[in-house]
Amino acid sequence: MLELKNICFEVDDDLGHVAILHDVNFTVSKDKFAVITGPNGGGKSTIAKLIAGVIKPTSGQILFNGTDITNADITERARMGISYALQQPVRFKGIQVIDLLRIAAGRELSVAESCEYLSKVGMCARDYIYREVNASLSGGELKRIEIATILARGTQLSVFDEPEAGIDLWSFQSLIHVFQSMRKSISDSSILVISHQERILEIADEIIVVSDGTISKHGPGSEVLPELIGTSSAVNSCEKLTERS
Amino acid sequence: MDSIQKKILQEVADLHKVPEGAYNIRANGESAGRRSTENIEITSKTECSGIDIRIKDGTKNESVHIPVVLSESGLKETVYNDFYVGEDCDVLIVAGCGIHNCGVQDSEHDGIHRFFIGKNSRVRYVEKHYGEGDGKGKRILNPGTEVHMEEGSSMEMEMVQIKGVDSTERVTTAELAEGAKLLVKERLMTHGEQSAVSVYKVLLNGKDSSADIVSRSVARDSSYQKLDLCITGNAPCHGHTECDSIIMDKGHILAVPQLEANDTSSELIHEAAIGKIAGEQLIKLMTLGLTEAEAEQQIINGFLK
Repeated sequence: MLELKNICFEVDDDLGHVAILHDVNFTVSKDKFAVITGPNGGGKSTIAKLIAGVIKPTSGQILFNGTDITNADITERARMGISYALQQPVRFKGIQVIDLLRIAAGRELSVAESCEYLSKVGMCARDYIYREVNASLSGGELKRIEIATILARGTQLSVFDEPEAGIDLWSFQSLIHVFQSMRKSISDSSILVISHQERILEIADEIIVVSDGTISKHGPGSEVLPELIGTSSAVNSCEKLTERS
Repeated sequence: MDSIQKKILQEVADLHKVPEGAYNIRANGESAGRRSTENIEITSKTECSGIDIRIKDGTKNESVHIPVVLSESGLKETVYNDFYVGEDCDVLIVAGCGIHNCGVQDSEHDGIHRFFIGKNSRVRYVEKHYGEGDGKGKRILNPGTEVHMEEGSSMEMEMVQIKGVDSTERVTTAELAEGAKLLVKERLMTHGEQSAVSVYKVLLNGKDSSADIVSRSVARDSSYQKLDLCITGNAPCHGHTECDSIIMDKGHILAVPQLEANDTSSELIHEAAIGKIAGEQLIKLMTLGLTEAEAEQQIINGFLK
């Protein structure tokens, strides 16, 4: 389904020439729920952006269903079947939740259909469907709407960049249920989630650990997770809160 | 009316046929249809060009449409329309002007509207301005709106100018008595070499009067906009202005929010922001399958909705 081959990503900044990623190689196969974890600053979000086409690698190749998409732009990749949920959901003045769902689905969704997607992410559709996707919504609400747009797209590959970032503990609990049910209904598609959360790692078929800009470990969840427990690559939500305070 | 005039009428007043209720349609400087109703009387002015609209006390759930269409190149007119709204009314007033100019001479319509709103009346006012035609002659609209609101009255104004008007200078003034409420939603988009100046002067004279003026605009190409919003508090009152603009291409925007308080219990707030479309907004919509141009259009459509 998705293959990253010898990916390097370098930038020039105040510190000079910096390699954010080097020699990144991995494959996500069909019907898999894969989770990328690893310490902060290791290059995880950069991988998500490279897959979505927001940035292009300095060298290396990205293949999607066997097709080289390295030079395809964001729109082309989206139309080929790649969805990408941003770590910080974007706000839009004037665009309503239903508009965003319709754009995501690429067709005129009925109100009932839109409500179904919102219900799946634990939102009472009646309260939200005509709300503007603006600053009046909380971080948790925006995150769930972001996920609903990915569900509405129903593409072959869905990439989620830290879905738990910026949300409260209560919202996090219900978010876990959303991912658990996505995991159950996975068919002919794959999900790639960037997360440190133990409860998301627990449902992973595969875990990919990224540190210092490259893959340090990649294997079945049952094998990799026990090694990560107690490190910053697998935290439970309370630890995360303690860490922040 | 010819097909061009009918099309413009649809653009400015969403009218596909003769509207219900009272109406006055003006086409190329002449009346193209009028109807008064039992509660709403429309009469021509004798001393100058324009009409008087008198709405009886207690008129509820009725509407007046007074669209203007100009399709003759070179026509310039100033029209004075006065609305006398009685007490305890609840009415919808739909105005608007569309110009089709395919000639070389400038076409101009300056509509001066005065509203006298009686005690406890509620008025919803919709004004849409539109221009089209590929002639070199400019399409010019300089509307003046003057609102006098008596105790307990409320007015909701929706002012929209989305396309095709080359030059506009719109001045809206309002004075509010005790407990009166004014809500303004302005939507403005300029493109090409267009220029738009929008001025609001609102006087909150009565105790507990309030005004909320929200202007959203988009300046594309090399167009120019000046947004000058001023609220003066002369009593314990609440006033809020918001001026939110998207700048694109080589556009110019000057936002001048002003507040003036002459009473210690005046509560006045202004907000003004100018910015380009955020890159992350484009990225988000592109990840949903839109092209960059489609994403930009969606963002603007939403912003000006």
